[in-house]
Amino acid sequence: MSAQPAGGNREADEPKGIPTAVPSGIEVPVVVTPDMCRNSDIGTPGEYPFTRGIFPDGFRGRPWTMRQYSGFGTAEESNERYRFLFAQGQTGLSIALDLPTQVGLDPDDPMARSEIGKVGVSISNLSEMEVLFRNIDLGKVSTSFTINGSAAIIYAMYLACADKMGVPRAKLTGTIQNDILKEYVARGTWIFPVRPSMRLIADSILFSNKTTPRYNPISIAGAHVRDAGCTAAEEMAYTLANGVAYVDELMRRGGAPDDFAKRLSFFFYVHMDLFEEVAKFRAARRIWARTMKERYGVADPKAQMFRFGVVCGGSSLVAPQPLNNAIRVSIETLAAVLGGAQSIFTCAFDEPFQIPTESSAELALRTQQIIAFESGVSRTVDPLGGSYYVEWLTDQMEAKIVELMQEVADYGGAVKAIEDGWMQLRVAKRAHRRKIDNDSGATPVVGANCFRRDDEQAESTMEIFTLDPGASRRVLDKLAQVKTRRSEADVQGTLAKLGAAAAKDDENLMPYLIDCCHAYATVGEMVQCLKNLWGEFQEPVRL
Amino acid sequence: MSATSRLQGKRILIAKPGLDGHDVGAKVIALALRDAGADVIYTGLRKSPDFIARVAVEEDVDALGLSILSGSHKELVEQVVAQLQRLGSSDIPVFVGGIIPDGDREALRKMGVKGIYTNAMKLDEVIASLAEVLQ
Repeated sequence: MSAQPAGGNREADEPKGIPTAVPSGIEVPVVVTPDMCRNSDIGTPGEYPFTRGIFPDGFRGRPWTMRQYSGFGTAEESNERYRFLFAQGQTGLSIALDLPTQVGLDPDDPMARSEIGKVGVSISNLSEMEVLFRNIDLGKVSTSFTINGSAAIIYAMYLACADKMGVPRAKLTGTIQNDILKEYVARGTWIFPVRPSMRLIADSILFSNKTTPRYNPISIAGAHVRDAGCTAAEEMAYTLANGVAYVDELMRRGGAPDDFAKRLSFFFYVHMDLFEEVAKFRAARRIWARTMKERYGVADPKAQMFRFGVVCGGSSLVAPQPLNNAIRVSIETLAAVLGGAQSIFTCAFDEPFQIPTESSAELALRTQQIIAFESGVSRTVDPLGGSYYVEWLTDQMEAKIVELMQEVADYGGAVKAIEDGWMQLRVAKRAHRRKIDNDSGATPVVGANCFRRDDEQAESTMEIFTLDPGASRRVLDKLAQVKTRRSEADVQGTLAKLGAAAAKDDENLMPYLIDCCHAYATVGEMVQCLKNLWGEFQEPVRL
Repeated sequence: MSATSRLQGKRILIAKPGLDGHDVGAKVIALALRDAGADVIYTGLRKSPDFIARVAVEEDVDALGLSILSGSHKELVEQVVAQLQRLGSSDIPVFVGGIIPDGDREALRKMGVKGIYTNAMKLDEVIASLAEVLQ
């Protein structure tokens, strides 16, 4: 290289070369020839098996949703922030909840004290949710909750909140993550053992299909295992295997796949290998459609469609030379668009070391807008369709994903693989491998393990949101006040009914949870009531 | 000393205090320490400072590594250190890994933390640093 940036490159800091295999472990030939592609499954956009996308007109009819994520603190602070965002023209809310709420502990629990309001808003009972949505019309906004272990309770509380505000339940729109299986594998906010958790999820999905038909009651996520270190093929395989486990549970509970499958949605990371990512999504659409049709006999095309949102960035971004991350995010966003994502969240370039600034967050959104409106890639559906390489790689990724899904099936299915800690161990070992490959430079990361600068400070300067110390005091005071205001008889009465219903295997718990919420029972009380019956997940620690 | 035996014979407890559920970093470190010859115990998620300190003492470990990514590191490290003190085992060296802002490093060091490791570090560097402290 002749051009030396200021500060100078280290000597011999070139990457070891371009890996000849995609990160999922598929060796790529120098040239892909037409005879190497199967071609038979490509089909037409909007038609089974949906390789080329779920809509016949792609993004020409409707652009993807540009969904950015924000907000934390107390219910009052979050409410203020949401109303500000609406004033700026935002139409949907993405709500982060704090860890105590996510694992079903009230703020006054000794384990909760140091984490109140830290990574999201603290919502321990209906009065907090009423504050959170004060002066916001729940019939008009779409809300997305990142919650899993206590998702059924938060969903029940959302319905109770709508009831109190006089909003018909059928008008509610939004998404609740509600994907417990990946929590056991990568995100860690589990509460109950796997099987009763599966029941709660089936209860909430079946209840939602009838009561809030415009609401997405689950977002089956591979993003967390991917960011933890899995390959694109593993991310997709484990997520589809989890999807199959949910479908099995819903059918066991009497759900009709032609109905509930229309409201299943998925969520993934997009990292840097552009064509691998595109192939991953094209292959997954085909696998899911085929699984729904051939295995579950689903006839309605809408119930065969693989709908998904993505996040671009995450652990593919690095702290050294942070502006490089903006380039990474734009390539990843391009991959998401070419892969046919329904919604995209783009990370800001400074996320590896600080809470994004207003301008870095704006650049992340502008990246999507430039790709949508300037690049021309959304002009025609699946513009990469028919590329020898992309079709070949789609076939290869499909085979790899199906093979990995079969491993899970052979083990006894996702539920058993997770109960035993098998999937967790696979993810941990893969994460270890990825770290070794990043450390050694086997996977080139510009600025981090090659083309480094001597003057670059290696240390992280990450800033962390610090809640005003009075806030956790206020949360505790508010909880104490609610406990004196509410009718103790109502609380105990509704909790007793919840416990009795939970003891019966076939009762849907949603109406009971909604009653508990109306009585201002706390998240911790409802969780404890169910823990008394089901116990807690015993983590299989395997290394 | 060879790379595979730098922590030979050392007993190390890797623990997740608080409610943070991100355990991949803890598991990757546990696997790396084991590859370096250490005898590794991993607590699993959501352990109280009291529990962690008791395990450290009962298992007679040479080092205790705390993994925290939720931003609650100052509170949780302080509590674990206090529990070790209560059990008369302040001599067990404590290390912290996770998302730790530079501005908090001094405070953690003042609590007695012997090493702070973030994912910007190579596994080899983490092991070398641990081996040096545990010599």
